[in-house]
Amino acid sequence: MHKGRIKELVIYNSKRRGWVGLLYILPWLLGFSIFQIYPLITSLIYSFTNYSFFNDPSFTGLENFRYAFTRDIDFWPSMKATILYVLMGVPGKLIFALFIAMILNMKMKAINLFRTIYYIPSILGSSVAVAIVWRLMFMRNGTVNRFLAFLHLPQVDWLGSPFAALVCLALLIVWQFGSSMVIFLAGLKQIPRELYEAAIVDGSSAVTRFFHITLPLLTPIIFFNLVMQIIAAFQDFTSAFVITNGGPMKGTYLYGMKLYTDAFSYFKLGYACALSWILFCLIIFITIVLFRTSDKWVFYDDGGKIL
Amino acid sequence: MNKKLIGVSKRAVTSIIKYVFLIILGFVLVYPFFFMVFASFKSNEELFGSASIFPAQYSFEPFIEGWQAAGQFTFTTFYANTFVLVIPTVIGTVISSVLVGYGFARFRFPFKKILFTLMIATLMLPNAILVIPRYIIFREIGWLDTYFTFYIPALLGCSSFFTYMLLQFFRSVPMEFDEAAFIDGCNSFQLLYRVHVPLLKPSIISVVIFQTIWTWNNFFDSLIYINSIRKFPLSLALKLSLDTQADVSWGQIMAMATLSMIPCVILFFAMQKYFVEGVVSTGIKG
Repeated sequence: MHKGRIKELVIYNSKRRGWVGLLYILPWLLGFSIFQIYPLITSLIYSFTNYSFFNDPSFTGLENFRYAFTRDIDFWPSMKATILYVLMGVPGKLIFALFIAMILNMKMKAINLFRTIYYIPSILGSSVAVAIVWRLMFMRNGTVNRFLAFLHLPQVDWLGSPFAALVCLALLIVWQFGSSMVIFLAGLKQIPRELYEAAIVDGSSAVTRFFHITLPLLTPIIFFNLVMQIIAAFQDFTSAFVITNGGPMKGTYLYGMKLYTDAFSYFKLGYACALSWILFCLIIFITIVLFRTSDKWVFYDDGGKIL
Repeated sequence: MNKKLIGVSKRAVTSIIKYVFLIILGFVLVYPFFFMVFASFKSNEELFGSASIFPAQYSFEPFIEGWQAAGQFTFTTFYANTFVLVIPTVIGTVISSVLVGYGFARFRFPFKKILFTLMIATLMLPNAILVIPRYIIFREIGWLDTYFTFYIPALLGCSSFFTYMLLQFFRSVPMEFDEAAFIDGCNSFQLLYRVHVPLLKPSIISVVIFQTIWTWNNFFDSLIYINSIRKFPLSLALKLSLDTQADVSWGQIMAMATLSMIPCVILFFAMQKYFVEGVVSTGIKG
């Protein structure tokens, strides 16, 4: 190699090493320490105390957790409603997103137009404005029921029955399928066309092709989306707070709402920290279960590199 | 009729069915937005009485009355507050995610591997667990009821989603650019703003529009950190007008909901190609 060239490469590499990189990530290091790690640790500590603004905190051991699991009459119903909400909303959203992505992937015209329109709800859906619209549309004499009547279907008292209200909130999740759809569509485009051609030559049906080519090759993307969406849905707050205010009969008193109420209405901060750690552990548990089972259903082309 | 022709017409029929389905679905999906706009012009009686989505008449009174809100502040204040809240937050996010993304993508430094893993792990860290201690921190340093609660975490790279997104783009820039720049005598910071930033302009625009819309619509953090009505952004103001009106006048509320969404809608349609790029690059966000 040319001598000058070697010197250049040495200079080049010297600029990449040492502490300069740390300087660039310094903002994150600070933010991570102050607003993520420190809160995580203090939250764990508070969760063993009766911290509130009205008294000096004292250490209460596992009392908060015992209270949540055994005496708090809202805890289990709230947990149950949240799990049901996640179970209805997240799979519904992902299945719908995949279904529409498959249709749009079939050499259609005006794909970009459809993709844009379907994407709108997921970009604006988390706003208070949309939540208010949802509340108005799902009222007993609102648009949704009028539409059901028009189709000669039975009307539902959406916001009057605990289960129907939960369905109404889950529908808001499903409505925002657009971003997952865009991700799936990009994934579908990556699947080599030859695989399908070979399968067609072998005489396999469309259903077989879906289950033996499309689905396995998309599983890494589906898996990653599933995990992220579950984490997000478990913390959902705005929809329940604005649309149903946790009702009727606390049927939609989602865990995020319970956390908020205990912390910022009753100022039981220590107890709310304990609640948030219960949620965190549940999320970690679900994530671990998903990762553990993932080698059974997630197909990694490159041997398991997500990042 | 021969077989081939039947095949063709069959395919045409399925394709028509597909289009009809997609068009109907499109209508259903955007219906709530049209509903919101048209409901702005309706009185409560009309809203719950008439089956038509279109109002009987178009009067801008609900917009004018809704804008006045109930108390001493109008939506002019809330609108201005939202801009004051959003713009610095977005700028902070861009600065921090560019610097940190660049640092992780292009440098070797001690503990890089573990720090990178931690950064990725925070993508999955639930906000719910951080919010109470953060509230306590902000209370101690006297930042409650100020927008610093938004600005500073953004400036310190707390939305690792954006850092991760830019990092992916930094990785896609060929190393030859860096080599050439170093040989020309650039230092690493000049390399960043002369070479990388111009190349990454589309990705930076994705960060800007995502963070703008998310911060614009962020309700939870505003609800917790911002207490005085004088400082309310639009999201809180909407909830406020819903709560303070004893006999809710839905037309006014829908009118304000519509107005609160307009900037985001404009941004979305003006920049929509960047959206798709941003979403696809990370493969995560919804």
